[in-house]
Amino acid sequence: MKPILLKNQFNPEAYKVESYVAGGGYESLKKAFTMKPDDIIQLVKDSGLRGRGGAGFPTGLKWSFIPKDPTMQKYLACNADEGEPGTFKDRGIINNDPHLLIEGMTIASFAFGASVSYIYIRGEFVFGARRLEAAIAEAYEKGFLGENIMGSGFSHDMYVHCGAGAYICGEETALIDSLEGRRGTPRIKPPFPAIEGLNSKPTVINNVETLSTVPSIIKNGAKWFAGIGPEKCPGPKIYGVSGHVQKPGLYELPMGTPIREIIFNHAGGIKGGTFKAAIPGGITAPMLVEKDLDTRMDFDSLAAKQSMLGSGGVIVMNNSTCMVKVALITNRFFSHESCGKCTPCREGTTWITQILKRMEDGEGRPGDTAEIERLCGMIFGRTFCPLGDGATMAIRGNLAHFRDEFIYHEEHGRCKV
Amino acid sequence: MLTEEAKKAIKEVMKRYKTKRAAVMPALTIAQDDVREVTAEDMLEIAEMLEIQPVIVNEVAKFYTMYNVQRKVGKYHIEVCHNISCNLLQAERIIAHIENRLNIKVGGTTTDGKFTLSTAECLGSCGTAPMMQINDTYYEDLTETKVNDILATLKSRD
Ligand SMILES: Cc1cc2nc3c(=O)[nH]c(=O)nc-3n(C[C@H](O)[C@H](O)[C@H](O)COP(=O)(O)O)c2cc1C
Ligand code: SF4
Ligand code: FES
Repeated sequence: MKPILLKNQFNPEAYKVESYVAGGGYESLKKAFTMKPDDIIQLVKDSGLRGRGGAGFPTGLKWSFIPKDPTMQKYLACNADEGEPGTFKDRGIINNDPHLLIEGMTIASFAFGASVSYIYIRGEFVFGARRLEAAIAEAYEKGFLGENIMGSGFSHDMYVHCGAGAYICGEETALIDSLEGRRGTPRIKPPFPAIEGLNSKPTVINNVETLSTVPSIIKNGAKWFAGIGPEKCPGPKIYGVSGHVQKPGLYELPMGTPIREIIFNHAGGIKGGTFKAAIPGGITAPMLVEKDLDTRMDFDSLAAKQSMLGSGGVIVMNNSTCMVKVALITNRFFSHESCGKCTPCREGTTWITQILKRMEDGEGRPGDTAEIERLCGMIFGRTFCPLGDGATMAIRGNLAHFRDEFIYHEEHGRCKV
Repeated sequence: MLTEEAKKAIKEVMKRYKTKRAAVMPALTIAQDDVREVTAEDMLEIAEMLEIQPVIVNEVAKFYTMYNVQRKVGKYHIEVCHNISCNLLQAERIIAHIENRLNIKVGGTTTDGKFTLSTAECLGSCGTAPMMQINDTYYEDLTETKVNDILATLKSRD
């Protein structure tokens, strides 16, 4: 497959507007202005594009929820918080092809009538934020942003908003709170952001990769897009492979590529041993083992395996990996990032982390594993946002395959591997 | 205290938002920029500029880990990712190596005030693990030798 989203990854000039335009950039925006906004929404619906931020929600459908009232202020917020461990795809687009994102955002904004958009980028991506600021300034200069863009009558302003180190701000309602100058804590839904989002106005939140896919759909049509990968979730997809592989990195492949092919063909196979397990979609996604390697990497196939595509960040572990350690790192993360709003998540993840720390330090006690399982039961389904559930999914996914390693730690005070 | 330049930058950034309050995060970032610390005085001044209660500024500043609220960090703040992908590729060895080289533990600052060492959660650079961030810059695909070179370069700067 010819890369669409990563076509400029190794072009060190692509971040400049001249170079982007020379490669056919902003042609899709021009084409979009010849279409009716509603027809763009329909086109995106027909393409079958589903959000790449983790949940896989149909993008065209999300846009269609925005009220049609033209007098109403509406917003687009691009989610560039990229904090799910194992995920580094959006950074690739932002650093190397910022105009692709800007073009996609402008088309989306035209389609549902947003006059202002924000890119919520995680605070640590200082280089990326500067790159986006510079690209936005270029776009204004060339008339791709601002008043009456390309004579279309459509005006749009775009700004970068930097986060400051809080994973939870990737959750869309916490992101809105943060954009309003508050602590980022999730809001109750409904009302959904499409009705009441930023400044209580209708707001679409989309991931960087989702929005960067839009120009290619405008250019090549819905049929082309729907023809790539599985019928129910088609299109090109960026997989990020990290951990024990020979060639870690970003690979753009048709959605639904089997995980075996991604790890062994594209990422060059296992480094330093043999395959043990892989986390398919960022640290929250339950692990896959050897027998699952033919699973296709798309939303539905992974859900059928009780896992999830999430962000498409594949973390590969070889046979030297201690799974108690993996569980500790995972839970330490969730406990660190819990926003503290609800008790089961705040206390539960901390408690589990303490038990795992003790097990890892060789001071595990009989019953520790069972205690972790009990605590998971007290968190799952009882928290305000999916972070708490995600923490239990990750550890339960680990225990489902490697419970014996946890018991070994309890009994022997050290690793089985 | 906010410099005149910082105040100007905050006024400029306020134009991006519908409410004044929304500028609190960029304002804190601006306040922190040159000294790498947000002081109580900074927060009072920000509150005044944005016409909000000081307690709101404080609450926001404390929530986000990147704001060093009344916390002094070294001139170079080294943050090594200790999350999963980096850990699988020996981040712990890198951390121990830096501890030895600088003769400090995680959380500590060298006596000359030049380096602070911290661990960080995933920094979105897992494909080039292990990695660390020093102030605004990412250093990727780390090895012990590479770390030595980086530290030597920074030590030679003032
Ligand atoms: C705890 C948590 C963290 C999240 N982090 C991110 C993130 O970093 N980036 C992202 O795009 N979506 C993230 N999401 C998903 C968003 O809430 C939202 O579904 C997504 O941005 C929608 O965009 P899409 O429809 O284009 O996928 C997160 C969700 C949760 C619950
Ligand atoms: S589940 Fe955790 S992160 Fe989500 S709202 Fe509750 S405390 Fe906050
Ligand atoms: S795990 Fe270290 S950068 Fe992602």
